[in-house]
Amino acid sequence: MASLRYESQVREPLVTGAKTYHDVTEDIVRPIEAAPSRLWKIGFTISVLLLLFGVYSVYREVVYGIGEWNLNKTIGWGWDITNFVWWVGIGHAGTLISAILLLFRQGWRTGVNRAAEAMTIFAVMCAGQFPIFHMGRVWMAFFVLPYPNSRGPLWVNFNSPLLWDVFAISTYFTVSLLFWYAGLLPDLATVRDRAKEKWRKNMYGVLAFGWTGSTKHWQRHEALSLVLAGLSTPLVLSVHTIVSFDFATSVIPGWHTTIFPPYFVAGAIFSGFAMVQTLLIITRKVLNLNDYITMEHIEVMNKVIVLTGSIVGIAYITELFISWYGQNPYEMAAFKNRYDLSTPYAWSYWLMMSCNVIAPQFFWFRKLRRNILFTFFMSIIVNVGMWFERFVIIVTSIYRDYLPSSWSTYYTPSLWEVGFYLGTFGLFFTCFFLFAKYFPVIAIAEIKHILKKNGESYKANMGEEEKATVEHFTHENAHH
Amino acid sequence: MAKKKFVVGCFDDEKVLFPAVKKVRKAGYKIHDVYTPFPIHGLDQVMGLRDTSLHTAGFIYGITGTTTALTFMSWVFNKDWPLNIGGKPHFPLPAFIPITFELTVLFSAVGMVLTFCYLCQLAPFVKKHHFHARATDDLFVMVLECTSKTKEDEAKAFLETVGAKEINVQVAEDGWWLGRYAKEQKLYDTPTENSLA
Repeated sequence: MASLRYESQVREPLVTGAKTYHDVTEDIVRPIEAAPSRLWKIGFTISVLLLLFGVYSVYREVVYGIGEWNLNKTIGWGWDITNFVWWVGIGHAGTLISAILLLFRQGWRTGVNRAAEAMTIFAVMCAGQFPIFHMGRVWMAFFVLPYPNSRGPLWVNFNSPLLWDVFAISTYFTVSLLFWYAGLLPDLATVRDRAKEKWRKNMYGVLAFGWTGSTKHWQRHEALSLVLAGLSTPLVLSVHTIVSFDFATSVIPGWHTTIFPPYFVAGAIFSGFAMVQTLLIITRKVLNLNDYITMEHIEVMNKVIVLTGSIVGIAYITELFISWYGQNPYEMAAFKNRYDLSTPYAWSYWLMMSCNVIAPQFFWFRKLRRNILFTFFMSIIVNVGMWFERFVIIVTSIYRDYLPSSWSTYYTPSLWEVGFYLGTFGLFFTCFFLFAKYFPVIAIAEIKHILKKNGESYKANMGEEEKATVEHFTHENAHH
Repeated sequence: MAKKKFVVGCFDDEKVLFPAVKKVRKAGYKIHDVYTPFPIHGLDQVMGLRDTSLHTAGFIYGITGTTTALTFMSWVFNKDWPLNIGGKPHFPLPAFIPITFELTVLFSAVGMVLTFCYLCQLAPFVKKHHFHARATDDLFVMVLECTSKTKEDEAKAFLETVGAKEINVQVAEDGWWLGRYAKEQKLYDTPTENSLA
């Protein structure tokens, strides 16, 4: 037998219940074939309305200019860049799950990777809107691309981290999309081949690119997935590294910090996993996928959350230590502006600290890691905290400029600034609702691949294999 | 593209499929392909397929990206428009690394996916013959090509002895086409307890 089917019973099954290959197809494709539920329609309508409000807010910004937002000369980056970094951070979990965990041979990724990757793509789409519309004259956004132009040609500045960002985020978006769609092809073919209505057969026929399941195609598909995973692994790390360069390569006290790259990457994974939890806890309930996204999956992700949350905590404390250790008065002032409770934005720093560092420590308890309601609550808390982290980094580092006459203490966003942010929620959830309704939210082929190793009913019989002689075991399991 | 005659055998367990593939090859039948709902590791070796070179292609696309990025940025900063940016050097290698890395990954990923689609002949609107609608659900479909020497009945009987559950003969296009599915394309029907008995 070629594939190693044995796995220790100490590990919990990743697919619960007695399932055959056909049951897996049925369970995952059923929600696609059923009529949309009432809950789906309500959720979708709310998302579209939010999206429309966002479109109107952006429309005002484009027509009347950046003055529609409450940014000023001192606080040049406010909500918009905070939202940008926040969304990009969220967009890190998907590719981390599908790429890094593939290389680390983490079997549990198969249950959650499809939805997490979709979430990544939608989050990056939302993130991209902010720097683009922050440009003000958005119709000139293409000036960031190095194309031969009639102005010299005057090229872009390849020394600038803002330009690196353009390359990093567009590459990340493209590669994530390709990775996601390549994985989807076989599953779309499964939906196509089951289709009873003509429109469905045609639609999924087009989407599935004529996939047949040929062994040669699978062989290439596996090679493609592995190499894309290998490429995406440093890519994930590079994207938030480069986003952190936007700050770290400047000379603003509070931004000019060498630990930014790893600290941002850990924070990105932290918030990304929190968002995956938020979405999957709802999805598994609504689509009845508890057998595929099990308590084990939720617990493992909570472990990642407590790990990355603690890394972020160490980064916060290191920043404070270094500002004291360096004895640079400007640097010390920047950090005093954060933690000193008498300053106007200290509340945001301590909100960040409690949400990101203190709250996740509850996940050291197994009982709480395996509590759905608590996990859901925590996932929201973490994302609130991570939004405030970016707000703290951006606003509290710049609101007290070098000259006290330039201080801008009371920054509150305008309605259209908030509207833009709400609009990206609309975009994100509109896309996610469409994805959950029309695409297989779990990688069907990958679940079938691990079914006989990690399925509950198959694992039940593995005790016998454990008792077998070495000769028998190798004969049954090893490649030959 | 030409229409060919095929003998199709469907298996419902990959444990049976492996020895079956070995026996069928030993008996001298020409395996057109085996269609499976998920990747089965080792099946390609058993079928005697050579390993894919997609990795090599990916590497070549990658270094193309690296050189494109490096040469382009150096050409812009040194030859085409040597702009003085705050007195910074014209060949700031560390500052070139992020974009060089991103383009390496981008070229490699896009190139590999396009190559993959080309090699497997996958594209939107492409139609192919599906030997069994459940090949993407729960069946492992072994397809033997009928050559001038193949005797259909013998092949069918042989497939039965190696464990195939459902056996039939199909005349089908072996390539792809655009447009509609063939009229004789068998549509999916929900498997029942006895359908494969």
